[in-house]
Parts: sequence; structure tokens; C-alpha cells
Amino acid sequence: MIIYGVALLSICTLLGLLIGDFLGAAIGVKANVGGVGFAMILLLVVSEHLKGTGRFIQPSSQGVAFWTAMYIPIVVAMAAQQNVLGAIKGGPMAIIAGVLATVVCFALIPVIDRIGRSERLLEEQKLAHKSQGETA
Amino acid sequence: MTNTMDLLINVLVKNGLLTAFAVVGITMWVSYFLSARLTRGHLHGSALAIMLGLLMAYIGGVMTGGKNGVVDFKLLSGVGLMGGAMLRDFAIVSTAYGATLTDMRKCGVGGIVSLFTGVVLSFAVGAAVAMAFGYTDAVSISTIGAGAVTYIVGPITGAAIGASSELIALSIAAGLVKSVLVMVGTPFFAKYIGLDNPRTAMVFGGMMGTTSGVCGALAAVDTKLVPYGAMTSTFYTGLGCLMGPSVLFFATRALVG
Repeated sequence: MIIYGVALLSICTLLGLLIGDFLGAAIGVKANVGGVGFAMILLLVVSEHLKGTGRFIQPSSQGVAFWTAMYIPIVVAMAAQQNVLGAIKGGPMAIIAGVLATVVCFALIPVIDRIGRSERLLEEQKLAHKSQGETA
Repeated sequence: MTNTMDLLINVLVKNGLLTAFAVVGITMWVSYFLSARLTRGHLHGSALAIMLGLLMAYIGGVMTGGKNGVVDFKLLSGVGLMGGAMLRDFAIVSTAYGATLTDMRKCGVGGIVSLFTGVVLSFAVGAAVAMAFGYTDAVSISTIGAGAVTYIVGPITGAAIGASSELIALSIAAGLVKSVLVMVGTPFFAKYIGLDNPRTAMVFGGMMGTTSGVCGALAAVDTKLVPYGAMTSTFYTGLGCLMGPSVLFFATRALVG
């Protein structure tokens, strides 16, 4: 049933947000720390487990798929309620600070991307080397 | 005649969420139409829809003087529910269904490195701009620096270290500029930074951080990448709130005295 998928998604989201609030309170931050992230991991683990054991059938997954498809419209609705006027009204300093922070970080993405990649390649090479040694 | 109008408005306001579905649906249709006709698909329909949303938010702000974009129009208050935190988080989590744990694990290191780099770098750039504009005290510099992290980290940091409300407003403005720019700019530059795979999406989420910006941007670039960027960006604001009023503020104070 479609509602099973929707309910699973709701339970994962609520639990994740709860963990995020707990974590925020534990480290003394007035914010939800990674709640959505925990919820996503929960959904991934649970749905992979259910699919693996053949208990998450097509109609149930439609309950999740619908919300995935609604994602872009929801983002459009979110964009339509941003304080765009406030951002522009903040004056040149706020605009320059925002723009520069964005541009600098954006430009560095390929660099950071490469760091993670090269480390992983090294690890993989090491592993490959090791297993080769073992077979030899 | 006025009576009919009243009745119509009454129905639309009473069923706010349904009005929002209709309005957003029509906006999407117009965007995809314009995308295909005017840009021949070069500018993706969803990117255009997000820009239209932001434009409408601007118009809403000008016309009503409120802070919530179109939501300040009584007729469109349902958009607030549709694009609010609850349904937004719900929809973001649902995108994880299409992702795989193995992909997430593969990009772990890059994601974590990008989180710390993104927060510290944004703060440093914002702080430097504040200093260039003549601020000399650690509280003002840190508040504006934190605003450049995200528009949530700015006010939280400012409130914690005792900044004035004007400064907090400035820090929110800096964060909003970042969020809007990430949403609008990313689709144009995605191919230059190789933003077409889960790993880069995770680094992107960690470097830019602003959840609304990242998720809007990835929705326009490739919906399949949303869960990976969302995964890191969701930790970004938390990390910023943690580091802003503490480590970063202390470092700033040590630097400017």
C-alpha cells in the first residue's frame, strides 16, 4: 500500500529530526544538527533491508517516489518565500560578503574534490597491491 | 460581481495549500515552456522555475514590505506550507531512496574535508570583507563572517556574542545573497567544476552549505545528485553554529585584539 511508503518516510524523517535536535542540545547549539542527514541514512538502511528481504513492494515505494517527484516544485515554493528584497537591501557590504564567500568556495570545489579522490586512489592501489601480494 | 470575487478569494484562501499546488504547477509549466522555446533547453526548466520563484519573492517583498516573499500575500499563504521546513525536509529525505549507501561511503573523506573548509573559508572571506569596510571590533567582524557561512549561522553567532540587531540583519543579508546566488548561479557553472557525480555533489554540499541554495541548485542541475549534496549540507549549518560563536570568534578576537 502506498501509505506504507509514506509512513516509512515520515517515521524516518521524524526520527532523524529528533536525533538532530538531541545532538544540537547535547553540544549546546540552538540548531538541528544533521537531522535531515540522519533521516536519509535511516531511510537508506531500512529500505535497502526491506528490499533485500523482498518486503518493500512496488506500491509502497510509490509512496516515497511521489515525494521525490514533488521535490522540485517544493523547492520552487521555498524559493518564492525567501527574503530576496532583504538580501538586496542589505547594502554593498552584505552583497559583497555573500558573493565573495560563494565564489571562493565554489572555485575551490574541484581542489577539494581532488584531495578526497587521490587519497582514495592511493588506498585502492594499496589494497590492490596487498591482495596481489596475498595471492602471490 | 464583487460578491463572486469575494467568494473566489475566500475559496482560494481557505484552501491555501491547494492554491499553492496550482500556482506552483502553473509556474513550472510556464518555466518548462520558456526553457524549451527561448533557451532551447540550455537553461533547465527547473532552474528557470526557481528563478521565477525568487523573482516573485522579490515582488512580494516590494509590494507587501514583508519578509516572507509571496507568502505575505494572503492569497498565496499556502506557498508557505508547501515550501516550508516540514515538507522541504520530507521531500529531501525522500530523495535518499534513489541513492546508495556505497556511493555515500565512497565520498566520506571529501565530504568531511569540504565541510570544515567551507565553514572556515566562508567565515574568513566574510570577515575580510567586513574589515575592508572598516569594522575593527571582533564582534562585528565575526557576526558578518558567520553570516557569510549561512543566514542561520549569522544570527545565532551574533546573538551568542552580543552583536547589535543591525549587524545581525547585515549578516542575514550576506547569507541570503549566498543562498540566492548558489541557487541561480550553479546551473551555469556546474560543468566547469565537474558537478555531475555523487562525489562532487557531496563536496559541493559541504563547500556551499546553505541547504536551500544547495538543494535548489542540485534540483536544477540533476535531481539524482540531490541526496548527496543534501547529506553534507545538512551538517554544515550545525557545524557553523558550533564553530561560529566559539573557535572562529576566539580566533578573530586573537587576531584583531
